[in-house]
Amino acid sequence: MLEIKNLSAGIEGKDILKGINLKVNAGEVHAIMGPNGSGKSTLSSVIAGKEEYEVSAGDVLFEDESILDLDAEVRAHKGVFLSFQYPVEIPGVSVTNFIKTAINQIRKAKGLEDMPASDMLKMIKEKSELLEIDRKFLSRSLNEGFSGGEKKRNEIFQMAMLEPKLAILDETDSGLDIDALRIVSNGVNKLRSKDNAVIVITHYQRLLDYIVPDFVHVLVDGKIVKSGGKELALELEEKGYDWVKAELAAG
Amino acid sequence: MNLKDKLLSSYLTSQEHLDLDNSLHDIKDEAIKVFEEKGFPSKKQEDWKYTSLNSIIKQDFSLVSKQEDTIEFKDVKKYFIHDLDTYKIVFIDGVYSSYLSETTHDGVDVCLLSAALTKPRYKAVIDVYFNKIAPQDSLTSLNTAFAKEGAYIYVPKGKAVNKPIQILHFSTGNEANLMLQPRNLIVAEENAEVQIIERHQSLNGNAVFTNSVTEIYAGKRAMVDYYKIQNDKENASLIDNTHIDQQDSSEVSVHTFSFGGKLTRNNLNFYQNGEHNNSILKGVTIIEDKQHVDHNTLVHHKQPNCESHQDYKGIFDDNATGVFNGKVVVDSIAQKINAYQSNNNILVSDKASINSKPQLEIFADDVRCSHGCTIGQLDEDALFYMRARGIGVKEGRALLMYAFANNVLESVKIPQLKARITKLIANKLEVNLGFDV
Repeated sequence: MLEIKNLSAGIEGKDILKGINLKVNAGEVHAIMGPNGSGKSTLSSVIAGKEEYEVSAGDVLFEDESILDLDAEVRAHKGVFLSFQYPVEIPGVSVTNFIKTAINQIRKAKGLEDMPASDMLKMIKEKSELLEIDRKFLSRSLNEGFSGGEKKRNEIFQMAMLEPKLAILDETDSGLDIDALRIVSNGVNKLRSKDNAVIVITHYQRLLDYIVPDFVHVLVDGKIVKSGGKELALELEEKGYDWVKAELAAG
Repeated sequence: MNLKDKLLSSYLTSQEHLDLDNSLHDIKDEAIKVFEEKGFPSKKQEDWKYTSLNSIIKQDFSLVSKQEDTIEFKDVKKYFIHDLDTYKIVFIDGVYSSYLSETTHDGVDVCLLSAALTKPRYKAVIDVYFNKIAPQDSLTSLNTAFAKEGAYIYVPKGKAVNKPIQILHFSTGNEANLMLQPRNLIVAEENAEVQIIERHQSLNGNAVFTNSVTEIYAGKRAMVDYYKIQNDKENASLIDNTHIDQQDSSEVSVHTFSFGGKLTRNNLNFYQNGEHNNSILKGVTIIEDKQHVDHNTLVHHKQPNCESHQDYKGIFDDNATGVFNGKVVVDSIAQKINAYQSNNNILVSDKASINSKPQLEIFADDVRCSHGCTIGQLDEDALFYMRARGIGVKEGRALLMYAFANNVLESVKIPQLKARITKLIANKLEVNLGFDV
């Protein structure tokens, strides 16, 4: 589904990612872990299409097609979803109106009519229940005054509504208390299927107790330095990132 | 002959004011003298630095419409908030239209100023309030000299008008250039309540120049909500002078929605003459082409323990220009004042401009006054967030502007009006994304 080939990218001429290789197949969950400043968020921004990042080498293929020249919204139309580490507050647009707009824009790009209002309502009801979201919450302005947990829950609610093929969860666990973590993870797990894939970007192992990955990759200084199964996350938790760095230095 | 001379000579030759009783006659004579002396404001005056009336006053305007015209309700229905049950006071080219109107004298007076100025039963109210709230500046004085028609709304002590009132001024374009000077008097006595929606609308492309004056008196604990819809055609210019006298514990809000017109100037003056007043001034301006909208506000805190809240938002495209000049005066005895002012603007095009100028004159020491002004482009992070969810750049920008402007509407108390304004904003910004408005 997603293939990242020797990707180098950065900002203002300085590479942050230095030759990333990663292959994600449908049905898989990959975790990318790494210390602060290792390039985790840059990687998610480049895949989602944030324009301020420049790609200096390599390619990103989504369903065997390069997406690097595509606008962010076109990538979204194709089924790429980024759950933001810091969701933006947009006063004056309700959660409901925002998600309706997004769904209908994606449908329009696919040549479909707007989703009938009754279907939309049904879907909103179903997905908000999945994430234990109150109805009142949906009429509030998007992310405005939301707690950290509410923001992240709202991100996963949008993911549930948009049903992407590839979901990238960028530090979705930050700012979550244990209950919110359970709800959010439960939501993600229910959305997993053999047809979609999830990339979980996180600093801590904690989230991976709930969203169990098939593969764990360790990102250090813009490179994937170690890959393994879910047990790698536990090892990292125990020994810390210095262990990987030391191993790396030892060659 | 220039417009000023024409107005002066018209005043002299007109016999209309001679029918009035002496006190009104004196008021008008006094007013025309003020106008004669001061003339139309020029850019040399600080308050008019960014707004020039030259392009208007060099034109030749008819001061009355020579033929009376009728218009069908179906042709103007869209300018009413027609899904709302209201009283209606409707004027066509400055002349009252009884068949489009719905007035009342049932416990409250919702009727015509022409009646109030000439019939004895209204004399007591006219003597106390007419031309007492408005300051004697040149444009208000000009209006006073010619004032004969407009809305007269009198809500006695403890009464609430049972439904909102719409005041509509249509101009038909029968005259190539028509000048109108409507005059409204709104008196809400102690504990009275009233909601008013006002609109000036030209029906074709001919020029119309309106110099409107509205005086509002809000007695103790009275509540007055005034909504102005300014969405006129490209040759329509409006100077709106609204003066408000607030007594103890009254609450008055004025919302101004400026979406179109050649030149619009809003002189909005609040005088807090009692304690525990709340004054609310809100505005949304969305204009393009060469349109010009100028908000000139004054909140004069003359008594302690009061509040004022100003929130003006503007979106300017093409060569549009905006002005916000917000003055807050706090007298030395007016302690414990909370005065907030904010003016936020988005310039969509490089050629659009806004002059924003807060003026605070504070003579008391225990007050809280804040003001903030921003001029900027759209939030790029918010735009990326939308794009990452599949919303295109054009739609995302429109939605962000819609959100920016729509935020001001939270304080609109009439749901049908709120829905209408929301739709106007959505249409204006070409937001057609199929969401509930």
